[in-house]
Amino acid sequence: MSALPSHHQINADLLRPLLRTSWKFYVTVAIFGGIVLAALVSWLSQMYFGFGISGIRWPVYWGFYVTSFVFWIGISHAGTLISAILRLVDAGWRRPVTRCAEVITVFALMIGAMFPIIHLGRPWLAFWLFPYPSERLIWPNFRSPLVWDFFAINTYLTGSVMFLFLPMIPDFAVVRDKSTGLRRRIYTVLALGWRGTPKQWHRLETAMGIMAIAIVPVAVSVHTIVSFDFSMAPVPMWQSTIFGPYFVAGAIFSGIAGLLIAMAVLRRVLHLEQYLHPIHFENLGKLLLVMALLWGYFVFNERLVTYYGNEPSEMAVFWRTQRESFAPLYWTMVIGNFVLPLVLMGIKRFRTITGCVIASFGVVVGMWLERFLIIVPSLGHKYLPYSYGIYRPQPVEMIIAGATFVAMALLYVFFVKVVPIISIWELKAGEHQPPDASPPAAEQRRLREQLS
Amino acid sequence: MTLRDPQGHPEHGRGVKAVYGLYPDGHSAQQAVSRLHAAGVTDRDITIQSAQPMEDFEFGHRDKATWMWWIACGGGLLGMASALGLAWLTEVSWPIDVGGLPIFAWWPNLIITFELTMLGAILATVVTLVVTARLGRGSTIYDAEVSDGKILVGVANPAESALADLEAALTTPAGAQLKRI
Repeated sequence: MSALPSHHQINADLLRPLLRTSWKFYVTVAIFGGIVLAALVSWLSQMYFGFGISGIRWPVYWGFYVTSFVFWIGISHAGTLISAILRLVDAGWRRPVTRCAEVITVFALMIGAMFPIIHLGRPWLAFWLFPYPSERLIWPNFRSPLVWDFFAINTYLTGSVMFLFLPMIPDFAVVRDKSTGLRRRIYTVLALGWRGTPKQWHRLETAMGIMAIAIVPVAVSVHTIVSFDFSMAPVPMWQSTIFGPYFVAGAIFSGIAGLLIAMAVLRRVLHLEQYLHPIHFENLGKLLLVMALLWGYFVFNERLVTYYGNEPSEMAVFWRTQRESFAPLYWTMVIGNFVLPLVLMGIKRFRTITGCVIASFGVVVGMWLERFLIIVPSLGHKYLPYSYGIYRPQPVEMIIAGATFVAMALLYVFFVKVVPIISIWELKAGEHQPPDASPPAAEQRRLREQLS
Repeated sequence: MTLRDPQGHPEHGRGVKAVYGLYPDGHSAQQAVSRLHAAGVTDRDITIQSAQPMEDFEFGHRDKATWMWWIACGGGLLGMASALGLAWLTEVSWPIDVGGLPIFAWWPNLIITFELTMLGAILATVVTLVVTARLGRGSTIYDAEVSDGKILVGVANPAESALADLEAALTTPAGAQLKRI
């Protein structure tokens, strides 16, 4: 293993993207920005021409948009949850990984939370969903799962932003000390007067400990509540007690995959080979393998119980996904979510960075398909024949759903430009020398005697 | 012996606002702190700054006691009370009959109660951190070399008569770099 980099080297390597801007940054922003702009135009056209230009119509009112909503909320479990768990178990290898992960949470939540608004068709009326007393006496049902979503997602977003921001304060102080001019003034504000006294370090670490404990159940609750959007509705294959843990497991699964892809890209583009080692990928790869097995277990449970129950409306949806119109998507999902990670992460020689990235791409595709296959086949084939229908996604939805991946990358590019993507102080904290065997108190007594 | 004088003392300053040493590692910083202690300077008067937590050393354990956990619990209780109040107020003020189910139902309200409890705890933690870590307020002593891994040990507002003793204590450890402001 290579020698540990010095503090000076760590600062130089991790501050380079902030302090130097190459033409590649502008080209990347221009390309990604163009794609996001195209999505924005598509959304505006949907508002102008109406929802008719999308494929969402009776009886399938939830298509690509709600699929993407659930998918992105799932991806958001990459960061805060994984980071919090690794902090709580004091996993030393977490240090270079945590911030990459926490950023994903914040951006994925922002993107995910946009979809219900896009899905409204008339986003300027989004405030109708909020629980407030209206003069028209239209009052949202405060006991509705959609209100739970509002509280859960906002709590998770607030907590995740704080969880991301707090450990950034000492790093802002480093940037403040290393920069000049306007940049220095901005980072002076962001650093909040950080000096690095023992008191500040203790308070920060205590706060991170409390936040880590608080954020884990919140993260679990968020995706459980997203699953309640489905399992509280009388739709075939939705009313299932297994949906809560099934959704949470799937969310962590897709989150790890998203994190692995982000880490591989960052490692290559920002030349972080000295910090993001193959062991980080291997460890996360093992987690991916565990989650693949857990996902397989949940799918087996869901399918077996439905099959054994043999309820006609459920069996109709069951066969649609197993061997009829949705079968190609279903089996692609099984390959992406189960077979590929099992082979690539289960066999040690394939558990390389490349192997992790290939498996992760499979999982990301598979998990998006999983969300799609939960929503569309069931809505298109409910209890009575009058409510049977087909969903055909239209270009407007495809562009918007596809562009969110680019939007995620664009937000990441901007973030890397303003914040060190690896926590500098945490990296340093993992490398300082241990003390001598002699206790400081004995040393103090010896000095006192010497001076007197 | 008073090595650090309160601001406004006639002897204070003579142009020296602070004296401090920069140390390459925790060992020498600990030595400097111990020497300051031995010279009669109290913990309260010693400023220590580092680029990372130094919990392997005695000086890294200063000011560890905190009420943050209790304040977080208090924030959580406040959040819980707010959630219950909000749910009760909205549901009772604008009752909507959904399939004959209770207007104020515990099961669905438990979710909102849980979320706001956690939100209260999180916000209380953040506020406590900002207040107790004195974020947003500067300090007399700071050196940008701390960001490069140096550990700063110093005394702000030293008494003129004690400067020589303080400097002697701060320069003894190997690799010390003495500075005055």
